[in-house]
Amino acid sequence: MAGADWTDERPMSPHIQVWKWHATMAASIFHRVTGAALYFGSFLIALWIVALGARPAGGGEAPALYSTIEAILASIPGQVILVLWAAAVLFHWANGIRYLVWSGPRVGFDPKTASGVSVFNFVFAILGALAIWAAATFI
Amino acid sequence: MGGGDLYLTGEVKMALSQDYATPTARARGLGSAKSGVSSYIGQLTSALALAVLVPWFLFSVISAVGAGYSGAVAWVARPWNAILLILTFGAAFYHMRIGMRVIIEDYIAKSGTRTALLILNSFAAIALFAATAATVLKIWISAGA
Repeated sequence: MAGADWTDERPMSPHIQVWKWHATMAASIFHRVTGAALYFGSFLIALWIVALGARPAGGGEAPALYSTIEAILASIPGQVILVLWAAAVLFHWANGIRYLVWSGPRVGFDPKTASGVSVFNFVFAILGALAIWAAATFI
Repeated sequence: MGGGDLYLTGEVKMALSQDYATPTARARGLGSAKSGVSSYIGQLTSALALAVLVPWFLFSVISAVGAGYSGAVAWVARPWNAILLILTFGAAFYHMRIGMRVIIEDYIAKSGTRTALLILNSFAAIALFAATAATVLKIWISAGA
């Protein structure tokens, strides 16, 4: 972002506040936001798998770190993080496929389709995350 | 009427204002270096792999963790799961590294901070891959499958 030391004389692209919010714009912004969130979420997944591979406690019991992580994930804050993580994954996944369709077959650019797909991605992510949570909890 | 260049002719002024910057320094910041497209292709290729691997990972990991610690270990130890897990981690950390690099380049204008964060980003992505892949192999090999 341009700071006080910005010396480039060429025109800057218009700042975020001059645009009217739109579904395609929101989808683009949230693609980056969810991408950054998943970056840090992956640290936790890595921690989980490393804990899974740690030396088992006596008698093949779960390693202490793994039991701690399991307990955190089962708590309410842990469940909230898991649902938010699932929503971020599903949104980034669906919206990423939109980018692949744009880059590969190069279809879906007309405003109606692009907006519709953007709205669908948000709905898909939220409902999908809740469905995954329900399936994992009750099945 | 100040100014030391009062008595200098045009040619002398041009000679004095000679530009000592290297061609690279003059071109820097003025546009594409024509090397960005490899990141773009890498990002799309890993996205294509993740489009398939992520649904597998979600479905598979949720069914695995329901069975507790021993169930999760048995899940990782199955050869296909171990291979797909390593592929998922490889594609994901590669994809993350490019994505975070773009974010850093967009928002961090200060050159020293930006370079430090870009190096940290590369180290983090590669270290995470090494740690996760080694753990998967460890579990797989320990199980003797």
